[in-house]
Amino acid sequence: MIEGIGVNDFLVVSTIMFFLGVYGFLVRKNLITLLMSVELILNSANINFVVFNKYLFPDMMQGYMFSLFVIGIAAAEAAVAIAIILNVYRNLKDINVEHLDTMKH
Amino acid sequence: MEKFIFYFLAAAIIGFSVMTVTTRKILHAATYLLFVLVATAFLYFLLNYNFLGAVQLTVYSGGVIVLIVFAVLLTARMDHRLEKVPVMKSVIAGLASLLGAFITLYAFFTFPFKGSGNAAGAYDVHEIGTKLVSYGDAGYVLPFEVISILLLAALIGAIMVAKNFRTDD
Repeated sequence: MIEGIGVNDFLVVSTIMFFLGVYGFLVRKNLITLLMSVELILNSANINFVVFNKYLFPDMMQGYMFSLFVIGIAAAEAAVAIAIILNVYRNLKDINVEHLDTMKH
Repeated sequence: MEKFIFYFLAAAIIGFSVMTVTTRKILHAATYLLFVLVATAFLYFLLNYNFLGAVQLTVYSGGVIVLIVFAVLLTARMDHRLEKVPVMKSVIAGLASLLGAFITLYAFFTFPFKGSGNAAGAYDVHEIGTKLVSYGDAGYVLPFEVISILLLAALIGAIMVAKNFRTDD
């Protein structure tokens, strides 16, 4: 707990980070930059978990534990996503989402 | 003192997040994302959650960023610049994000958060490890086992997807 810093200060930071991730997800077209936006979103959710644990329920460990699990899931998700991206690049020589319509029709 | 460190870290997180989603060089975007994740790890250190900060540093800014940089280097040329975002699209996406942010912040600021007051210090690693494999009250052995299966599946899946199956046609 930091003197003079409340829950809301942390929540402002994580909310701004979350919606910057949403903005990036909406405007970017490259698959890897989309993945980076998803990482931003996951990270902001993690900050929320940690801050709720620290400020509201310091005698329980739910937020702490679940942020650990979220970090693990984010790592697994990044590994699988990058494997898929590399495979798409090898087959189609392009990772722009607007050109990836081979399987669409 | 801690207050100023918090403000500094918050400014770093927000500034580098903006640069991550707006820069046109993809390798720069990865670097800014690394700065965001490191600043988040320091936020955890500031809250006295040392183990979590260490995990964030090693897994996120160590592992995930290295993976992303490898993917960037394998799929893009060094001097490649992402195309400019059309103004209309950026305005619409920005407005949607701003609207969402305002609704969320409004909900946060009007909700009466009641802390239990006595902020305990850090959890030590012994306590975390015991909780992680305890199946008693408030034990986390089920998510622990589930995530181990998930990691195994991700490992095998990533190998299967990325493996170069030679098709002779």
